Amino acid sequence: MTETSVVPSGSPVTERARLRFENLSMVFPDGTQALDDITFTVGAGEFVTVVGPSGCGKSTLLRIASGLTQHTSGDCEVDRDSIGYVFQDATLLPWRTVRKNVELNAELQGVGKAERQRRATEAIELVNLVGHEDKYPKQLSGGMKMRCSLARSLVLNPKVFLFDEPFGALDEITRERLNGELISLFHLEQFSGLFITHSIAEAVFLSTRVLVMSARPGRIIGDYAVPFGEHRTQEIRFEPEFAEICGRINDDLKDAHS
Amino acid sequence: MTMSYTPPQQVPQEAMATPAAVGVSVPVHQPGSSPRKRRLRNIIPPLITFALFIAVWYLYSWARFDNPAQRRNALPYPHTVITDGFLPFWDETNGFRPILGYMWPTAKVTLTGLAISIVLGVSIAIIMNLSKGMERALFPYAVILQTVPILAITPLLTQLFGDEIGVRLVVVVLIAIFPVITNTLFGLQSTDRMHHDLFSLNDVSRWTRLRKLELPSALPAMMAGIRIASGGAVIGAIVADFFFNQGEKGIGYYIRNKQQRAANRPEMFAGTITASMFGVVMFLIVGAITARAIRNWHESASEQA
Repeated sequence: MTETSVVPSGSPVTERARLRFENLSMVFPDGTQALDDITFTVGAGEFVTVVGPSGCGKSTLLRIASGLTQHTSGDCEVDRDSIGYVFQDATLLPWRTVRKNVELNAELQGVGKAERQRRATEAIELVNLVGHEDKYPKQLSGGMKMRCSLARSLVLNPKVFLFDEPFGALDEITRERLNGELISLFHLEQFSGLFITHSIAEAVFLSTRVLVMSARPGRIIGDYAVPFGEHRTQEIRFEPEFAEICGRINDDLKDAHS
Repeated sequence: MTMSYTPPQQVPQEAMATPAAVGVSVPVHQPGSSPRKRRLRNIIPPLITFALFIAVWYLYSWARFDNPAQRRNALPYPHTVITDGFLPFWDETNGFRPILGYMWPTAKVTLTGLAISIVLGVSIAIIMNLSKGMERALFPYAVILQTVPILAITPLLTQLFGDEIGVRLVVVVLIAIFPVITNTLFGLQSTDRMHHDLFSLNDVSRWTRLRKLELPSALPAMMAGIRIASGGAVIGAIVADFFFNQGEKGIGYYIRNKQQRAANRPEMFAGTITASMFGVVMFLIVGAITARAIRNWHESASEQA
């Protein structure tokens, strides 16, 4: 049975598990199976990252969660009204300034002008783009575009944040800095995160839990709780425990390819 | 032999623009040094082409005709075109004053026809963009519109639309609408798929999607279409003068008149040159409007329009 139940926001169920996949499978119309029997939840205070080889269906998982794609069997339970979605590219509208881009989601959802301006100002502060409000995307660096994209979702105060390899196109230094900023946002804004990446280090650094997905059809083949607490600094990247988890995930991924 | 392959280096954007991340603005890349030098570089190549063109004109005219009178009545020297075609300034029937007088109706027909083409063309493109079915239903006829030999059906057009400004506008629209339709449709359909996803996530209406996403992203292509159409519109307005006799007569009528007597050859050239200059001006104006509309965000806008 295929069913997407939309749980009213604020109900106790959503507080425990804000996003739930149950025996979820996805077969594309051409017959290729993208996802096979995925079951996991993302609860309040959780930041779950899915790592896996390219083309394993990780992104499809997010598209299903957000309602952009329909799965073929199993359940996906989430409050669609409070989702933030950050795409692989910043997907900024090139004809809008930073401020107007940040306002976009709120504008499309009918939030009044004064209110969305207030929220945009706040979000722009959160992502450190103050002073760049009137620039056009063309004038921004890759990292700044991604910040703007983040702010655009923050404006909706989402309970669940879906990230589709948002930092994949950035250089290592920018990526690490943005990782750090994302962690602060996660604690400040108290959203639940589902993050897709193929960088193991990024996964471990950001998450409270890392899931490893196999090559197509995507299955969950590894599940790691990450022990580092709330206040992570870049230094944890050099701790032996960090390396150990990375190593184990790496082994899983090797199996995933074979 | 060893084969080595170096993957194409991707320059990380942020690494190039590190100051940006700490709050220093990135200057928009501008080729060339001083603005004055750049302007010179923009202006010199077309001037050289122009000088060559004039030189070839003189040369050909000189080599082809031995008799000055014969030359004047066939391919007069450029300076003869100026002195005899343009300069009789206050003459009622020849020269610059009547030319300007005839240009005004032509300009009116051109601009009105172009405006109609834009409104109709963009609307038709929007309708075609609604569904594949609509596109299949309409597109073949848009093509046929373009391929109809308009000159062959002028008697029919006169019977259908009269002989005055109406039929002139029909001719202009028949010529100018096709590039507007195809370019706008292309622009609408080239809207980024991820942008569409972004709008889908917000459950927007078809109208909102059109207004806030598809139309703005189609704007550069649409303006390119209008630019092509503007040249066509001028031609349409002039050609109409050759076939329709009522209504306000335009520069085409002047050219046609001057064609009939060989002695008026310089005037004919003057009229033709003015008409084509008007086409160029239209082209430049649309280009300038385009550059202004998209200068902040579109790649093409950093180049000269």
